[in-house]
Amino acid sequence: MTARPNIDMSLKQWTAVCPLDDIAPDSGVCALIGGRQVAVFRVAGDHVYALANHDPFSNANVLSRGITGDIRGELVVASPVYKQHFSLATGQCIEDQTVQVETFAVRINNNVVEVEA
Amino acid sequence: MNSQKIVVIGNGMVGQRFLEQLTSRLSSDKIEVTVFCEEPRAAYDRVQLSSFFAGKSAIDLSVVPERFFEDQAITLRLNDPVIAIDRSKKTISSARYRDVPYDKLILATGSFPFVPPIPGHDRRGCFVYRSIEDLEVIRAAAKKARIGTVVGGGLLGLEAAKALKDLGLETHVVEFAPRLMAVQLDETGGKLLQRKIEALGVTVHTAKNTQKIIDGVDINGNKHAHRMVFADGSTLDTDLIVYSAGIRPNDSLARAAKITVGERGGIGIDEYCRTSDPDVYAVGECALWNGRIFGLVAPGYQMAEIAARHVAGDESLRFDGADMSTKLKLMGVDVASLGDAMGKTAGALDYVYTDPVQGIYKKLVVSADGKQLLGAILVGDATEYGGLLQMALNAIPLPEHPEDLILPAREGASKGLGVDMLPAAALICSCNNVTKGGICDAVAAGCTTIGALKTTTKAGSSCGGCAPMVKQILESELRKQGVEVKNHICEHFPHSRQELYHLVRIGGLKTFGELLAKHGQGHGCDICKPAVASILASTWNEYVLKPKHAPLQDTNDRFLANMQKDGTYSIVPRVPGGEITPEKLIVLGAVAKKYKLYTKITGGQRIDLFGARVEQLPLIWRELVDAGFESGHAYGKALRTVKSCVGSTWCRYGVQDSVGMAIHLENRYRGLRSPHKLKMGVSGCTRECAEAQGKDVGVIATEKGWNLYVCGNGGIKPRHADLLANDLDDATLVKYIDRFLMFYIRTGDRLQRTSTWLDNLEGGIDYVKQVVCEDSLGIGAELEADMQKLVDTYECEWKHAINDPESLKRFRHFVNSDAPDSNVVFVAERGQIRPARDEEKETLEKESVPA
Repeated sequence: MTARPNIDMSLKQWTAVCPLDDIAPDSGVCALIGGRQVAVFRVAGDHVYALANHDPFSNANVLSRGITGDIRGELVVASPVYKQHFSLATGQCIEDQTVQVETFAVRINNNVVEVEA
Repeated sequence: MNSQKIVVIGNGMVGQRFLEQLTSRLSSDKIEVTVFCEEPRAAYDRVQLSSFFAGKSAIDLSVVPERFFEDQAITLRLNDPVIAIDRSKKTISSARYRDVPYDKLILATGSFPFVPPIPGHDRRGCFVYRSIEDLEVIRAAAKKARIGTVVGGGLLGLEAAKALKDLGLETHVVEFAPRLMAVQLDETGGKLLQRKIEALGVTVHTAKNTQKIIDGVDINGNKHAHRMVFADGSTLDTDLIVYSAGIRPNDSLARAAKITVGERGGIGIDEYCRTSDPDVYAVGECALWNGRIFGLVAPGYQMAEIAARHVAGDESLRFDGADMSTKLKLMGVDVASLGDAMGKTAGALDYVYTDPVQGIYKKLVVSADGKQLLGAILVGDATEYGGLLQMALNAIPLPEHPEDLILPAREGASKGLGVDMLPAAALICSCNNVTKGGICDAVAAGCTTIGALKTTTKAGSSCGGCAPMVKQILESELRKQGVEVKNHICEHFPHSRQELYHLVRIGGLKTFGELLAKHGQGHGCDICKPAVASILASTWNEYVLKPKHAPLQDTNDRFLANMQKDGTYSIVPRVPGGEITPEKLIVLGAVAKKYKLYTKITGGQRIDLFGARVEQLPLIWRELVDAGFESGHAYGKALRTVKSCVGSTWCRYGVQDSVGMAIHLENRYRGLRSPHKLKMGVSGCTRECAEAQGKDVGVIATEKGWNLYVCGNGGIKPRHADLLANDLDDATLVKYIDRFLMFYIRTGDRLQRTSTWLDNLEGGIDYVKQVVCEDSLGIGAELEADMQKLVDTYECEWKHAINDPESLKRFRHFVNSDAPDSNVVFVAERGQIRPARDEEKETLEKESVPA
């Protein structure tokens, strides 16, 4: 994997991504934020979550295209390539404790989805 | 020790089993094995011989594992009969080789059919029924015949009668005894069997002593080749005659070599299958033990194992007779006979149950004290066979009311014998010598499905008679292990896929949300969502990218294309039957060139276009749809292709228009969603160039119509398809495929191909035949109507997608930008693109100037 540049916490800012309605319920989209790909999910009603879109197992930028659901109550997305599950809340891979993808803060502001990155 | 020279004469089922048993005990550096076989092909399943006429090929019937002779370094001399044994020199001579030395000689010469020595028995048009070659000449003769007659109403005779019937002849059976299967059945059982077989259109003549065969005479202008004249003065005119009146051991080689043979034939053997010469063994139907010949394959297999062990120095197994119980299906009629079926034991008592309306006869023979089961006869329904056989063989005491064993189950009463009562040594699968203990061990070692058990232990993989009992043992063992036998699809639904299908259908449920709210819990997952999406599509056939359905779809269905390792997609337009015009080929080339796609020909006679980014998919499909292409559903658990050969239109050998039929089938079933992907093939003749027998549905042209094969598979676990029906006309073919596919869709498990579905289906192919061809469940019309509804509501998903703004919105990589995914990078190879490898990407990144 290529090294990611260190991001200074103080430079983080909220970016409007799209209207909530642009994300079909129980699915995800990918947002381009400052050159980075962020998968944003809308699940279980109007809850939103954001993870890095990069799938560490296949090295493809596809997590936003995975199926969402839950495993024993934990909300997850399944990679569309090799089907590993990632916790939407923490980015932790369920099948492999050593793998975790980056998570981002996300909120709905006036029906617009915003991601902090 | 120098390697032992072993010569085996005969490569029938028993001879082959001997080789397998021997080579599993002695490695090829210890033995040097040469096999002589007078037939032109290695061992095949003689028990299933009649299926040769029902469309099975010689290759289907083979019982030799692939590459067996090569891997075991065995010399196999086909078409080379042995003509003499010289015991003093310890050599044999064959038609082609002289003085081949042996240390141990194994006679597996089998038997030959008995032909009654009546005047006229050797006329032209009189045949025996023993080898594939015999069947080939019968088949050739049947083309010019209208009436066929089998001499002999025993087991083999009735098999031969089935074969003649399959060849389309008016069929007669002539039996010397007063009833059919006189050895296995009593009078009532024999008469009932006769009635049932006559109802199938075979005329049975019992108590007929044929005295001579003379020229047939014109009757109403029909000339027949033969007239059989019986002792009672009656006659029967027929065009061909097949003798199947018993077998005689092939003992002439042994006899000439002065090895002891029985008075009425048969090479005498001891408990280790040794003949009077301790270096010569005899196994199978040529062997005589204790004055008896064993004309079934299971005792032959026992002898093969005992002889092989003995050659390897293992004396632990001895032959001490064999159980001659049989269960078989004769022309669809179940018949079984076990133990002392005739009640010859002193003081034996009978329990009898008859149902004249259903045509069922069951008899138990019990000991004088009523405590032990001695034998039984079952005609019309042999469900209890396995349990009764185990009870008799293992001397399990009869229950308080023995009649309950054969009476129809009364409410609440449990019937038959619980498998838990069986000892571990109980032989469950006699074809493959698998005991209950062997099955239990396999279950304990992790075989938790019937399919896995079959692969590991071989139990139930030959005649299938023990399959219900194997299943009971499996379930009982799993229960004992504390494994709740659950087939729940995942944690969100306490139901199997089959149950979910019913809930959707019966409940009229049209969305995942409704189903989850009513019958499930949680949010669903990547197991249940695509499975339910498939069920909804198979039931209601709504557009799969409707907002309610789109998030349920698996990776490929989600964007109606096949995702590749780098997140790009491949596109496969439908090319029905593999037939494509030059104009359409040019369009595919032009589109691929314009979007710089990698192109490859698929195994299903189509063209795959790789390297399309998600946002390019609708643009590409706009052009393809405009040129008349439709979605090929290469992305779906759905019908993929119907592969075809060029057929009678062009081919010198084709007998039907296979391309036309393939296109018809592909257009009928295109878009059909199912538990797993479906592939079909149509071949225009038996050369089978479309490899239809490796498909879920395979159709092979015959001169009379189409043979329909089902549940074949290529891929990781290749499986030859089973014949479902033969010589079908176009309409019946489609009707049967409709029923078969809908039945599979209703009952299959998630991601279960038809081949594993069949392997795990209780009753196997016979059950599928009953449901599809005989409509035994009475759901034929319903299955056809369900399929017709799907056919009528078909629409091309891509045509829908490119005209639907809601769908189109989702075909972009970024929700907030039109930029492409910068991670998708291609390099050139052999004149086309391919995804760049990670290290190549890094190099490319360094070379490019940062933005």
